[in-house]
Order: sequence, then C-alpha cells, then structure tokens
Amino acid sequence: MTCSGRVVVTGMGVVSPLGNSVGAFWEGLLAGRSGIGPLTRCSTEGQRCRIAGQVRDFDITAYLSEKEARRLDPFCHYALAAATEAVRQAGLAGGGVVPERAGVIVSSGVGGLASMQDSVRTLLERGAGRLSPLTVPIMIADMASGMLSIHFGFSGPNLAVVTACASATHSIGEACWMIRRGDADVMLAGGSEAGLVEVGLGGFASMKALSTRNDDPEHASRPFDRDRDGFVPAEGAGVLVLESLEHARARQAEILAEVVGYGLSGDAYHITAPDPEGRGAARCIRNALAQAGVAAEDLSYINAHGTSTPLNDRMETAALKSALGPAAYRIPVSSTKSMTGHALGAAGGLESIACIQALRQQVIPGTMNYETPDPDCDLDYVPNACRQIPVGLALNVNFGFGGHNAALLFRKAP
Amino acid sequence: MSSPAERVREIIVEQLGVNAEQVTDESKFVEDLGADSLDTVELVMALEEEFGTEIPDEEAEKLTTVGEAIAYVQKIVGG
Repeated sequence: MTCSGRVVVTGMGVVSPLGNSVGAFWEGLLAGRSGIGPLTRCSTEGQRCRIAGQVRDFDITAYLSEKEARRLDPFCHYALAAATEAVRQAGLAGGGVVPERAGVIVSSGVGGLASMQDSVRTLLERGAGRLSPLTVPIMIADMASGMLSIHFGFSGPNLAVVTACASATHSIGEACWMIRRGDADVMLAGGSEAGLVEVGLGGFASMKALSTRNDDPEHASRPFDRDRDGFVPAEGAGVLVLESLEHARARQAEILAEVVGYGLSGDAYHITAPDPEGRGAARCIRNALAQAGVAAEDLSYINAHGTSTPLNDRMETAALKSALGPAAYRIPVSSTKSMTGHALGAAGGLESIACIQALRQQVIPGTMNYETPDPDCDLDYVPNACRQIPVGLALNVNFGFGGHNAALLFRKAP
Repeated sequence: MSSPAERVREIIVEQLGVNAEQVTDESKFVEDLGADSLDTVELVMALEEEFGTEIPDEEAEKLTTVGEAIAYVQKIVGG
C-alpha cells in the first residue's frame, strides 16, 4: 500500500479518574468535574500527600480470566481496557488489518511499581527463594506493549518508550513515524500508569513535587493558579489507534483527527527541575509546528502539561511565549490535570484524547480551580469552564523528569 | 480439615485457574491443564508454602501430573 506519510487517529480508549471510557472522561472534562479524592489505593501512613486521582469501578475480569489478570500489573490492566475501547471504535476488533502490519507502543512511566514493591517486601521478609517467577514480567514497563500484542495478535513493531511523564506523548509520536516509514499500517499507541503506591508517593513527596492540600482534594490540582503547591498523583490509561490515511480510507474507517506534527527535545539542564526559561520545551513546540508547516497563529487550542507544580507552570508559560511569540496571548491554553490529576506516563495519552475530542466537538475543556492569577503565568488558561470555539489545530505538550520534552499537533479530520 | 490430596487439588484449581472437574490424578499440568513454565514454578512454590516443605528442583521437575504431585506430598506429610 502506498503511504503518503499522513497518519490519522481512528480509535481512542480511556481509563481515568473521571471514568473508564472516552465518553465519561470527556463529559467529566466539559463539566469541570474533579476526579480527585482521598487516596485509598495504598496506605497513607507517614505520607505527606494523601490525595489522588484514582481509577474507580474498574473490573479487569470483564477482559481477562482471574488467572490471566493475576499475571499482570494493574498498569497492564488499564492499558488493555483502554486499548480494547480504541480497537473497537476503530472497527478493528474482528480483523481489518494484516497482523504483521499492526504494532504497539503503549508505554508507562514506571511500569509495575506496586508489584515491584510487593516483591521487594517478599525478598526482605522471606528471602530470594520465595520470589514468584512473575516478579520480573509483572514489573517491567514494556509489558503493556507485549501483552497487547499477544491479546490482539498484533505482530508488527512492538516497543515501549520510557520518558517519565512524556512517555505516552513520545509513544504516539514514534508510532506515527513507524507508520510514515512504512513499518506498519496500524499502531496502538499511548500510555498507562498505575503507580499509586507507597514507594512512589513517598519519593515524589520528598522531591516536594506533590500537593499537600489533603483537606481539600477537589481543589488541590490548580494549574497556573498562584496558590498551586504541587501535582496530584493519578493513574489511568489513554490509548489511540493510529493508521495511515490510505489504510483508514481503504477500509472506510471513521477518521477522528490527523496527527500533523511531533516535536521532541531534551532540556540538557537538570534531572528533575525544568529549565526555568523553558528553552527545551519551547524547542519541542517549535519543532512540532515546523513539521506540520503551520504558524503559531494557526493554533486553536493547547492542552498544557500544566502539572500544578510551581516550577512547571511558570516554565511552561515562558516556553509557550518563547515558542509562539505574541500569539501565545491569544491561544487558549488549559490543563485538564486540574480535573484528572497527573497520570504520569499516561498523561500524554489522556491529553491527546482531550485534544482530539476538542477538534471533533468544537469545544475546549477549561482549567478548573483557577482563582488567583500568578504574575508569572499570564496566558489565557480558559479558567473554570469549557469554551465553545472553532478548533482546527490542537497542540498537546508533555514534559518528563530527565528533561524529555514532547509535543503533538492534531488537526481536525480531513 | 481437608486431606493432603484435597489440598493439592485445591491449589491446582486456584493456581492454574481450572475447574475442579478437570483435575483428575491423570491430568498433566502442561498438556491437560494449560500450565506454562511460569505456572509450574508457581505451583511448586504454592505447594511448598502449603505443606511447609521445600521441593528440590530435581524432584519438582518430575511432578508432571496431579497424581504425581499428590503422591509426592503424601510421602512428605503422610496420609
């Protein structure tokens, strides 16, 4: 099949603190609903942050037998549920693609952290001889991609991209290149995370990265607000079906959006702190625009990384102004993390889906909990309510510890 | 209290996710009950746990059917 190099989205799937489908997630975002509450997934004893965006009402046995489910960490469970929704929407559940021409890049920032913590406990309390043979396969961060290929029989390119909180974003971008290069016709791409576990929470809290607004969970994630005090950890999965335009048209699939730009860069600055001037972040945004051949003025909407940490939101504002020039003040920017919390390696999947939904429905989600302006954050953050506007081009931006920056540019379906 | 043989069968049902009716003395773990290499290791570990014993690798490798596992456990714990 000839490939024009154009890559489109034909399926989407979500597991999130706002609900376990694209519909529930999107409805929650437009309603400005908070998915954040008291943390119950693990013990909060001694933890400074005791709130989280947790996935609720999730039953993996709708997808797997109990035995199969036991062999996989929850991050793989979320990935499977999101991928199943995406594959069904794309109309690929009963075939429709040559298996060797379908690949998977569904990544995770940390992989099976809960399973890893359990295994370390077994090791210390009972010795190495009591470690389950599943210890390694249940933990490794590439297993979502591996498991999805087995489940759907997709035997094309298969890998995982680990770039912390930009993992899903890079996964989608890299999957587009695989299709462009001709390695595959269809790719499942996105991210999944289930890292609400004592060792991760305590580690993030020690870094002073987490909100400690424990008595007011729904208002704890307040991106760009002056009184923000850290991100709220969350979990979930966001998965896309990507496809060459020709392949999608040949099988008359509904095209949801087109991926027209993917920019990457490294901060080359610090292991956790972003470059305060946002030079790396600005460069990845410029790269995405340049690849698409569009100008800053053409952007309709930006879904920011907007973690609600003091450092990120200030840096990101600076980066947007640097990358977009005066247009930065005219383009609405919102952070849906104000409602979902920060789902780490899944964030880029969920937020890409928010962009695609904005393109389809011509409405953009707002940034909730925005009350007091911060002089360092002076853009249009779409405060506290969704907004109906014409949306033709939407940019999703994510940054990961380590200085990994990624931007994806989506265009309304052709 | 269940007999050792009943406890072995229960562990097999639980570990391998199979129905109790499938678990006869002649059932082979791999061919009949769908166990893979990870399952067989987990199964042996679960038996060790249940009966407070350690099963050496060379003995574990010989346990390929339900009946063999039951006989091995009965030899260790009596009954």
